[in-house]
Amino acid sequence: MGGPVTWLVILPLITALAILAVSSNRTHVFRWVALVGTGLHLLLTGFVTWQYWVQASRDGATTGDGLFTKLYLVERVPWFESLGIQYLVGVDGVSVAMIILTSIVIFCGVLVSWHVVERAKEFFALLLILVTGVFGVFVSFDLFLFFIFYELAVLPMYLLIGIWGTGPKEYSAMKLTIMLMASSALILVGILALHHGAPVPTFDLTQLAQHSYPLAFQSWVFPVIFIGFGVIGALYPFHTWSPDGHASAPTAVSMLHAGVLMKLGGYGALRVGIYLLPEGAKEWALVFMILTTINILYGALAAIRQKDLKYFTAYSSVSHCGFVLFGLVALNSIGIQGAVIQMFSHGIMTALFFALIGMVYGRTHTRMIPEMGGLGVRIPWLAACFYIGGLASLGLPGLFGFVAESHVFLGGFFGNPWIDTTLTRTLTIIATLSIVVTAVYVLRGLGTVFQGPLDEARFGHLTDATLTERLGSGILVAVLAIGGLVPFLFLDLISPSLVPFVERLGDALIRLGVL
Amino acid sequence: MDAGFAYAWLVPALPLLSFAIVGLFIAPRSRQAAGLVATASVLAATVIAVIIAAQYYVAFPSGGDAIIAWSFAWLEYAPGLTATIGVLLDPISVLLLVVVTVVSLLVHIYSLGYMADDPGSGRYFTFLNLFTFSMLGLVVAPNILQMFICWELVGVSSFLLIGYYYQKPSAVAASKKAFIVTRFADVFFLIGILLLGYQGFQVAATVGVPDGMQVFDFLFLTAPSTVGALGDASLLTIAMVLVFIGAAGKSAMFPLHIWLPDAMEGPTPVSALIHAATMVVAGIYLVARLFPAFAGSADALSVAMIVGAFTCLFAAVIACTQNDIKRVLAFSTLSQLGYMMFALGVATLASPLGYAASLFHLFTHAFFKALLFLGAGAVIHAVHSNSIWEMGGLARRMPVTHVTFLIATLAIAGLPPLAGFFSKDLILAAALVNHHPVVFAVGLLVAALTAFYMGRIYIVAFLGKARSDSAEKAHEASPVMLAPLLILAVLSLGAGFIPVTEFVGLPSDSGHDHHGPAWLPYVATAAGLAGLLIAWVIYRRPTEGEAEATGWRVVLQRQFYSNEVYLFVTKRIIFPFVSAPIAWFDRHVVDGAVNLTGNLTRWSGIVLSRLQTGQLQTYATWFVGGVVVIGLLFWWWVR
Repeated sequence: MGGPVTWLVILPLITALAILAVSSNRTHVFRWVALVGTGLHLLLTGFVTWQYWVQASRDGATTGDGLFTKLYLVERVPWFESLGIQYLVGVDGVSVAMIILTSIVIFCGVLVSWHVVERAKEFFALLLILVTGVFGVFVSFDLFLFFIFYELAVLPMYLLIGIWGTGPKEYSAMKLTIMLMASSALILVGILALHHGAPVPTFDLTQLAQHSYPLAFQSWVFPVIFIGFGVIGALYPFHTWSPDGHASAPTAVSMLHAGVLMKLGGYGALRVGIYLLPEGAKEWALVFMILTTINILYGALAAIRQKDLKYFTAYSSVSHCGFVLFGLVALNSIGIQGAVIQMFSHGIMTALFFALIGMVYGRTHTRMIPEMGGLGVRIPWLAACFYIGGLASLGLPGLFGFVAESHVFLGGFFGNPWIDTTLTRTLTIIATLSIVVTAVYVLRGLGTVFQGPLDEARFGHLTDATLTERLGSGILVAVLAIGGLVPFLFLDLISPSLVPFVERLGDALIRLGVL
Repeated sequence: MDAGFAYAWLVPALPLLSFAIVGLFIAPRSRQAAGLVATASVLAATVIAVIIAAQYYVAFPSGGDAIIAWSFAWLEYAPGLTATIGVLLDPISVLLLVVVTVVSLLVHIYSLGYMADDPGSGRYFTFLNLFTFSMLGLVVAPNILQMFICWELVGVSSFLLIGYYYQKPSAVAASKKAFIVTRFADVFFLIGILLLGYQGFQVAATVGVPDGMQVFDFLFLTAPSTVGALGDASLLTIAMVLVFIGAAGKSAMFPLHIWLPDAMEGPTPVSALIHAATMVVAGIYLVARLFPAFAGSADALSVAMIVGAFTCLFAAVIACTQNDIKRVLAFSTLSQLGYMMFALGVATLASPLGYAASLFHLFTHAFFKALLFLGAGAVIHAVHSNSIWEMGGLARRMPVTHVTFLIATLAIAGLPPLAGFFSKDLILAAALVNHHPVVFAVGLLVAALTAFYMGRIYIVAFLGKARSDSAEKAHEASPVMLAPLLILAVLSLGAGFIPVTEFVGLPSDSGHDHHGPAWLPYVATAAGLAGLLIAWVIYRRPTEGEAEATGWRVVLQRQFYSNEVYLFVTKRIIFPFVSAPIAWFDRHVVDGAVNLTGNLTRWSGIVLSRLQTGQLQTYATWFVGGVVVIGLLFWWWVR
């Protein structure tokens, strides 16, 4: 019953139900259930990746061009046939990459949340329900299904922040939920318009992609969809839910949220926006390129002033998520490839940051940067991981961030035939300034927290990471290093699947050869 | 291709492997073992590098072809736009391979003694390995992307090592400053790379790329057809100036020099390796590497020449007033880098004497400057102070250190037949031959200044009587620290006789006048002697209170207030007037708009809910009112 992709979606749900079935005073049991469930999920992800790889490579070998552009592991069940709604799941390279990201983040999230005390059972269960939604989004190729999963991923956030959060949690939860709901409304409008404008009534993404919508239609639907997804992808000026939301959210939720959920924005903007409405994208690319340039630099500059480690990381995320959207609207193969890599690398990086912030906070009971100092002596493991993450975020070669950022910068600089290259280059040059600003805030922030003299009276007693914490953060650090050292593995996975996107845009890929 | 070249990749790979193993497994357990393994890996790399250099020299005694000894497609951005990782062997990379491995090995050995009592030395050797790998990767880079990658990695290793004493606020501040200032320069380098990549791609599309070459390859970027095409698009000067700014950041050219003196907060062997002999010459190396492209733009070369000459003089003047022995050496490094940079700037493709002279000076300087730093380290180790005014009379107590330091002092002062004489002479000759009399005069003046400030620290630190209790009790360093000093002293004595210029000379160099006028060596030597003599006269019996600068010398001692200017710009302008307003704007305006929308919605909800009174009269009143208003509007519209 059900193929591997379906199992991928329902396994977290089953785990959630299993946790709910456990009596709530047996805390260590449902922790283990969560860990085993997400561990199994990681294995299943490995299996799906392997299957995808084998099948796709076989296709690539037979067609001879080495490109595998189809969907794999497809499961299709009619649902509301009259409306053209069906259960259609499958994977391509981009989906596989995002699934791997999510599996890693949730597994590490469970590891570092080992000591959540208050209503831990409901916490883990909600977390896993949220993850179900996320996986669903990444494998759905029917827009209706896509939207249902999207809502499933966004809604538990309200409870997770409102109940387990800190600080002004009700305000943050409400703000986050309302802004994301408003953006969902935009997405829904866009999806219904796509359905309505199609020659046959269908939500099937692969079928819709056969159709070229009229220009007038594209030029109003594209911004609706792009902004709709842009809100969750922290597009300037719709990003303000994210610093508050992250600051109030508990550790694992911040990890998932910044690590994975914000990637739904970039993913959706690519999968639905640019793929189905390439002409609209061309028309609006300049506007969004300007906004995302602001994103990149503005988030970084704002981060310099932050005192709270979570706001600090949240603004850093605003900057880095800007790279995702910037890469997308560069509208060429390098930029889009960079955007997908950035989704992955930033996902891992920011999950690592929030995990570490949780660990530091658990020890120092403060998140205020100026109050800390010299912690590196007492918690060297956490300091080392934080520095590696920080170096990844400032784009140090050898770590994943560099691979992404160099793609995005090249993509922006190469530009596309639909915008004056002087403009795209100028914007790219402005965006490159962020690498200095990032260095400033990363080194200042981390330098204050971990270096300098230690306040013995206050922090002298701190102990370094526990085993589960080491495992959780170690995995994330390892992924950053592997991605940075052997990026070709990741590129081989995703780049063939990007061909259809670029082909829909027209000559952007070919353009590179005929400039 | 000689079979031995195929193993060239081992040279950077061994320190990398050692970095990973030491960092992950050995350093947390035993710092002694970490030091030994790290040193052994560099020893192996040095042996291989020297063998490769010997083979290369035998094959091409007067310079020769570039050989791609190994390459690997690492990152394919797009078809035809690939970042490869590889090993390029040509005269200058072979030369640098030897310099970097030898100096790195000696510094590793020296550190075994210097860091013996430091509980964190496992971390130290891990980072030192990382640096050695990155620097070697930079040296053998066959393309500009690999150069940039290793460029950033040496930057981060330098950051980690400057901030090695991370509980010391000044070290933390210095490490951040070094990284951020060089990163600022790297932005320009990055933009230059983007421009070269894009334009190179255009050229590749029209002219085509030779087999086995990539757009980012130096061999492609410096090929005459590419340079010509870039020049036609009038982008060559822009691209080269952008790259030059990157180089100026790493090589600490004015006004990006401010990080280097502070970088002396790192352990002294690190200063010797990174901030004197190797990393800071990366900028020189980059310009040399791209020299044919630079030579295509006279303006870009002029920029290099002016910046180099100015830095040369500026830093030498400051060096005369510093009291911290490492700071004097740091400003001396700046000044010597200025020599190398302006030597490149005066060279042209037709008359490239400066090019060879620059690399020759890079080669000799690496040895005597490393020796000066390691000697200073031995002194600091013994005296527990950096101030020359707390030293004195060390000649008798530290005889080996004294003799080696003296050799290095004479070498940098440019006295024959020591290494510095030959290379500095050649740089001055290059300035004359290519008709840059002002630059020549600056070079000559700085030669005298160099001799003066070096004479000053030598005389104050080693001669006379001890000026502090610890100087009184100072004793000679351990043999493991002295051995590298002796080896470097031999190199400082003899390196001038190694025929580097013929080896690295550009192919077009043949048949040109290699030397300036016959009087030049005498004049240059006289300048050096004069500097030493003045130092002797002034500092033989220094007056009381010499350490305290007064009057105009304060300006020099404070380095013309360049730090204050930078601090003013960042702390007083960028943070409060750019960053803070953005943070405020975000919280209050952008987010304010969000909250306003939310509040408006809520208020309108509250207002509208007032209407829902549940009383029929109210509803009827509103209904009638509405009908009347609509009716009036309708009437007004049709009227």
